[in-house]
Amino acid sequence: MLIYLARRLVLALVTCVAISVLTFVIIRLPPGDFVDAYIANLAVGGSTVSADQATAMRHEYGLDRPIVVQYALWMGRVIQGDFGVSMMWRRPVTEVIGDRLWLTMAVSITALFLTWTIALPIGIYSAVRQYSIGDYIATTLGFIGLAIPNFLLALILMYVGFRYFGLSVGGLFSPDMAQAPWSWAKLWDLMAHIPLPACVLALAGSAQLIRIMRANLLDELRKPYVVTARAKGITEARVIVKYPVRAALNPFVSSSAYLFPYLVSGSIVVSLVLGLPTVGPLLLQALVAQDMFLAGTIVLLLGILTVIGTLASDLLLMWVEPRIRLQGRA
Amino acid sequence: MTLAVTSSAAAREDRLAQASQLQLTWWRFCRHRLAVISLAVVALFYVVVIFADFLAVADPHATDARRSFIPPQGISLLDDGAWRPHVSGLKGVRDPKTFKLAYTPDPARKLPVALFVHGYSYNLFGLIPTDRHLFGIEGGQGVDGIFLLGTDQLGRDLYSRLVVATRISLSIGLAGVGLSLILGILLGGVSGLYGGVVDTLIQRLIEVVRSIPTIPLWMGLAAALPNTWSVTQVYFAITLIISLVSWTELARVVRGRFLALREEDFVIAAELVGASQLRIILRHMLPSFASHIIAAVSLALPVMIVSETALSFLGLGLRPPAISWGILLQDAQNVQVLAGAPWLLCAAVPVILVILAFNFLGDGLRDAADPYG
Repeated sequence: MLIYLARRLVLALVTCVAISVLTFVIIRLPPGDFVDAYIANLAVGGSTVSADQATAMRHEYGLDRPIVVQYALWMGRVIQGDFGVSMMWRRPVTEVIGDRLWLTMAVSITALFLTWTIALPIGIYSAVRQYSIGDYIATTLGFIGLAIPNFLLALILMYVGFRYFGLSVGGLFSPDMAQAPWSWAKLWDLMAHIPLPACVLALAGSAQLIRIMRANLLDELRKPYVVTARAKGITEARVIVKYPVRAALNPFVSSSAYLFPYLVSGSIVVSLVLGLPTVGPLLLQALVAQDMFLAGTIVLLLGILTVIGTLASDLLLMWVEPRIRLQGRA
Repeated sequence: MTLAVTSSAAAREDRLAQASQLQLTWWRFCRHRLAVISLAVVALFYVVVIFADFLAVADPHATDARRSFIPPQGISLLDDGAWRPHVSGLKGVRDPKTFKLAYTPDPARKLPVALFVHGYSYNLFGLIPTDRHLFGIEGGQGVDGIFLLGTDQLGRDLYSRLVVATRISLSIGLAGVGLSLILGILLGGVSGLYGGVVDTLIQRLIEVVRSIPTIPLWMGLAAALPNTWSVTQVYFAITLIISLVSWTELARVVRGRFLALREEDFVIAAELVGASQLRIILRHMLPSFASHIIAAVSLALPVMIVSETALSFLGLGLRPPAISWGILLQDAQNVQVLAGAPWLLCAAVPVILVILAFNFLGDGLRDAADPYG
């Protein structure tokens, strides 16, 4: 178990480093550097910067040094929590992002739990009652979930809500709550708004997990030990839940590991369609305006939080699944 | 297929014994009815890709302010009980309150629809210059035209745009899968063939790539493409960006097959008679896992198509004047616009259809890939 844990931790660390390198590449990709952009920005305001000043600024930010050193300097600042200044907003990046990062995570994590709670019972049901009406409904819903990309689903929901019910389904808060400071009332407001985007996000993942769970459980249910258990007179519910479901959980569990990055990814586009105050719309704005420090920071933080989230869900599943816990002990 | 018509069981047995692997796979595939239908749907879509301009009725790029937001309009096949396909002409009516010009069909004016009419010029297969189109109305003037799916804000015919968009949306999937396939076979093959440290390294690399949230990353990379790039350059850059992430699944499949086949008797036999490594891979191993790769490819294609659609939908993928499904959906992003012109959502239908078809096709192929199972 310790070996497993250590492996997971090292892998998470490597992933974080990979993400940071990619982020750095993204920040550096647009032609020109930070100083060029800054000067251009000032020129719009009417003030000018002399060539000497520009060189001095480049030196100050370390832009005249080799790229590896620049990366190290940038990482050093990032680790201390200094993500630079947003060009667009003229404020520190951390201030601009504010609550949005946590709201992104709140939506994604809710979607994660929703996926599990939808997929597990429906998966079990459609395996145990194979070819029943319920199974067909679940399978059909599964295919729909698979076929409609979540941003399209959000778009269709928005349209239906607007056209037929005259309500705006977007946002995470009621209009009067959006600017209010955090309070219990605001938290409650958030709880009331989060299920819709979370459902939109969870549908595709659930569809996949239902299929996996159904297929695995069907394989398990045909095994002789299930017949034995039945022959011994154990109640049907106990027969199913106690052994085959637990055995069938393994592939279910291992495919869940990639669920969280997928959900975070999806939340970006869905947020844009539904107008959620997450980092999604901010990221798009930043990218369009080439505000690379802001964009880079969002990509970096999202990536790292995703890694942490995946790690956490791995640990959770390790607790559920003894076979992973006991790995490496044999 | 022909399997069903064989009369005696013995003859059937014979046929099964003599059939090549390809035949067995095909028979097995035909048993999966949804997959066969999906194959037909996918084939149809690619026919549309090839004949896109021929099937379009109006120049997909031509804007006309007078044609803005014309609702969809069907073709009436009969006229007074006689076979005379036609569409109604349009009559502009100004709303007395909002002063907005709205078009309503004018049944008095009938525009005959004909086959193989002259329209805008294009190159068939990119080679033969022509102006023939499958159907249309001869010499349409002003707002006269066929608007099967209505028009967008700039007065461009949505049906024609959708047909032409199919070309980019479906070919970008193919190009992307091609690239991922090269990466996947190379890395997965090396990983499965050599094992040991190389295998561990590549497997960890795959895990790292898969645990990065892809869309923010793609957005970052796509946004960094210079504005000055041409449509073709952006097209290839987007393909590259999308396939950088999606090779992992293919690599996993290839590695799994290599690991399984390495221990097979026929591979060991080939090794013992002194066949070279390359010959063993190409002549002995590849034929037995090609079908698995094809299945994996058909499951990877819809992912590519959705990725491109999502990126273009956000305005970070392909840029106008390129036309793809994502770009068409971009117009439908605003709920207010959508409420006034719900037909803009039509662009979602082919996306959903193609994803479903490829998924069923992939499922069928995956089952058929192991005809002995």
